[in-house]
Amino acid sequence: MISVKTYVLVFFVLIGLTLATTAIAFVDLGGVLNVVVALTIAVAKASLVAVFFMHLLHSSRLTWLFAGAGVFWLGILLILTISDYLSRGWVSGFEMTLR
Amino acid sequence: MSEARGFLASHFDDVAQQHEASSLGMWAFLVTEIMLFGGMFLGYAVYRGNFSEAFSAASDRLDIVLGTVNTAVLIASSLTVAMAVHAASRGRQRALLFFLVLTLLLGMIFLGIKFTEYYHKYEEGLIPGARFRYEGSDPGRAAIFFSFYFAMTGVHALHMIIGLGVFLALAWAARKDRYSAAYYTPVELAGLYWHFVDVIWIFLFPLFYLLGRHS
Repeated sequence: MISVKTYVLVFFVLIGLTLATTAIAFVDLGGVLNVVVALTIAVAKASLVAVFFMHLLHSSRLTWLFAGAGVFWLGILLILTISDYLSRGWVSGFEMTLR
Repeated sequence: MSEARGFLASHFDDVAQQHEASSLGMWAFLVTEIMLFGGMFLGYAVYRGNFSEAFSAASDRLDIVLGTVNTAVLIASSLTVAMAVHAASRGRQRALLFFLVLTLLLGMIFLGIKFTEYYHKYEEGLIPGARFRYEGSDPGRAAIFFSFYFAMTGVHALHMIIGLGVFLALAWAARKDRYSAAYYTPVELAGLYWHFVDVIWIFLFPLFYLLGRHS
């Protein structure tokens, strides 16, 4: 059982990360790095919510498997599709870009 | 175990197994929700990759203060939900009702701020369609940005509205002492749903409000 103290601590960390990500957005890190930092913070926040608020910490391995399966299939969806769009035009004669 | 007789279905061995099965069922549903939102996130990623300058410029038209405040409100509501589940698991009826009502209030504040933002966008003519008015360099691509913005935050808001209905029903049942330390599965499952909706917003916020802000 997760304690009230832990919940409150996680809450303050989440608020801190929210303020940090907003503040960092005003600093120009060179485009791509801004995106990487913003998404890394988002993944960290989502993980905190899942592990503590959604009780994954004390859940069975089967529950972890279900949660992991969701992330895994989302990864397939994102990585295969984005690698398609990013690699278009690498082979001559197949130049297609989104317009 | 005599206390459990009222709610233990005959096809489960014990309350713990029943609770585990319910929780797994909710996680399976949430995985389908990941795929629902995942498709939209993918569409956004592809268009942003191709039209990054237009998307950055359009992103500056969103209200970063309201967006940040709303993120904090939703995280606070996740805390109150976690506290409600905690109170329910300890059989603290009054604390449970208190945190459920607090969650309802925070959820309504979030939606209130969200619809205020929508109204501002309507007044500024930023809703894609015949009345779309955008002074930036690339109105066509900005319209795609705002289409994604309204579709994704709209589906998220719909989930919030459904969540408020669920929590209203929970508060009603909690007021009638339907839950105990031995049986609080509906509170736990609704909590999982609410936290999931929170996680979706945690990704929507930086993708729409923050990317390309640095100027």
